[in-house]
Amino acid sequence: MEAKKLNLKLKIWRQKNSNSVGSFVDYDVQVSPDASFLEMLDELNNRLEANNEEPIVFESDCREGICGTCGLVINGHPHGPLPKIATCQLHMRNFKDGETIWVEPFRAKAFPVIKDLMVDRSGFDKILQAGGYISVNTGGAPDANSIPVPKDAASEAFDAAACIGCGACVAACKNASAMLFVSAKISHLGLLPQGQPERYIRVQRMIKVMDELGFGSCTNTYACEAECPKGISVTNIARMNRDYVRAKFTSKIAEV
Amino acid sequence: MGWFNTFINSSLGKKFIMALTGSFLIIFLIIHLIGNITLYFGPDAFNGYVKTLDVIKPLIRIIELVLLSAFIFHIFNGVRLWLENKQARPVTYKVNGSPENTTLFSRTMFVSGSVIFIFLVLHLGTFFWRFNVHDPQQLADSHQYYDIVVGFFQIWWYVLLYVIAMILLGFHLNHGFQSAFQTFGWNHKKYTPLIKKIGTAYAIIMAVGFASMPIYFFFFYGGNQ
Ligand code: HEM
Ligand code: SF4
Ligand code: FES
Repeated sequence: MEAKKLNLKLKIWRQKNSNSVGSFVDYDVQVSPDASFLEMLDELNNRLEANNEEPIVFESDCREGICGTCGLVINGHPHGPLPKIATCQLHMRNFKDGETIWVEPFRAKAFPVIKDLMVDRSGFDKILQAGGYISVNTGGAPDANSIPVPKDAASEAFDAAACIGCGACVAACKNASAMLFVSAKISHLGLLPQGQPERYIRVQRMIKVMDELGFGSCTNTYACEAECPKGISVTNIARMNRDYVRAKFTSKIAEV
Repeated sequence: MGWFNTFINSSLGKKFIMALTGSFLIIFLIIHLIGNITLYFGPDAFNGYVKTLDVIKPLIRIIELVLLSAFIFHIFNGVRLWLENKQARPVTYKVNGSPENTTLFSRTMFVSGSVIFIFLVLHLGTFFWRFNVHDPQQLADSHQYYDIVVGFFQIWWYVLLYVIAMILLGFHLNHGFQSAFQTFGWNHKKYTPLIKKIGTAYAIIMAVGFASMPIYFFFFYGGNQ
């Protein structure tokens, strides 16, 4: 038996392009509680297209919480009100019949709106290009486990590597700071032996680019950790702070 | 020194200065409170305390200088960070979820800091000015520090502002204490919960400790005749 449909009032941010001023537009929808949030938007878009109206632009790809493209701010929370899920994993059964839902794009100077709910997150790519990698020689793949890694380092690095680069930390932060994202990458690489050679250069390069892109500074409110779909911990930011101070004060290479 | 400039002008460097100067101010407040407690032991105790500080004046002047620079850097960087962080989000959210994912204390650091600043100006204008600049010789001879303080604590608006500022100081410290540890990179599940508790205890002790004096002298003090 199909569950009773929910009647919802959506207030969705519509913006023509990055130069125009956006505003909220009301949409009344009827949706199955089994639908996901993105499926609801798909249905709405079908309806809009059938009426020859401009569909709402939003991003998604994997729809299973691993690609990080689908961030929306739903009722003030990036990826919606539930902890540790991406927007694509949010289902309409979590909303009440008759509810009003506000849907906004991620808002940050460094994440300009491209159209409607889609923002340009290429700033994250620029930060990664600055140092979010390890340099390895080409050749045959090395044997597995040829480099010993302590269990706790492996676990912590793995936890940090769970970051999907979605940008919800920036969206949640009152300062639009990217420090949770950057620190996840710093930790992920810096905890492993393969990441050591570039550890103290990496942190300086990535932070330089992060600052240049206009992200804010962390004031330790920890909104990022609360809203992160992957539960990335702010202890990573503490590690990044340590690495950065150490790099600046003790590194012998004059860098950035 | 190019690297140092890059450091203190980077986002992390600015945070680091906030934490460094903030920590210094945290230690200063402890000493300040302990000194002020002598008010409760009568005119002789308090005047004696101020006289003792007078004896080691050169040392006190040096500490005051460090203190002044700590305040200047803390406030300068605080305002700068606040402005930059505002610019990092030019279009704000219609619905803001921050009450559900952050503490009130962490969101109001600039407001609490600003009220502390207003208080600080008034505080220096009243006590510091009168103790140090306004005919200190005559004061030192007649030991009237106690009377000056108690006199101000009879003025209702002064007491009110004092108490409000101390409550907000408590707010500032409750977030700031643990925040400084995080900024220094000390966050670990073994000790961070304890640091947060100590920070809250510290904030309460400071707020209640400092606020208790104007309250006591306004409401319960009958004069020392
Ligand atoms: C006795 C006085 C004060 C003490 C003990 C104190 C202490 C602290 C501490 C420990 C921090 C945290 C540093 C960190 O995040 O790592 C902080 C942050 C801050 N303080 Fe103060 N502070 C004082 C006065 C002021 C004043 C007068 C202002 C004036 C505007 C101010 C503005 C700020 C701001 C804007 C921040 C950064 C907020 C944030 O990180 O969320 N503070 N303070
Ligand atoms: S740290 Fe979390 S919120 Fe930030 S980009 Fe990575 S997964 Fe998204
Ligand atoms: S669509 Fe890939 S994480 Fe949501």
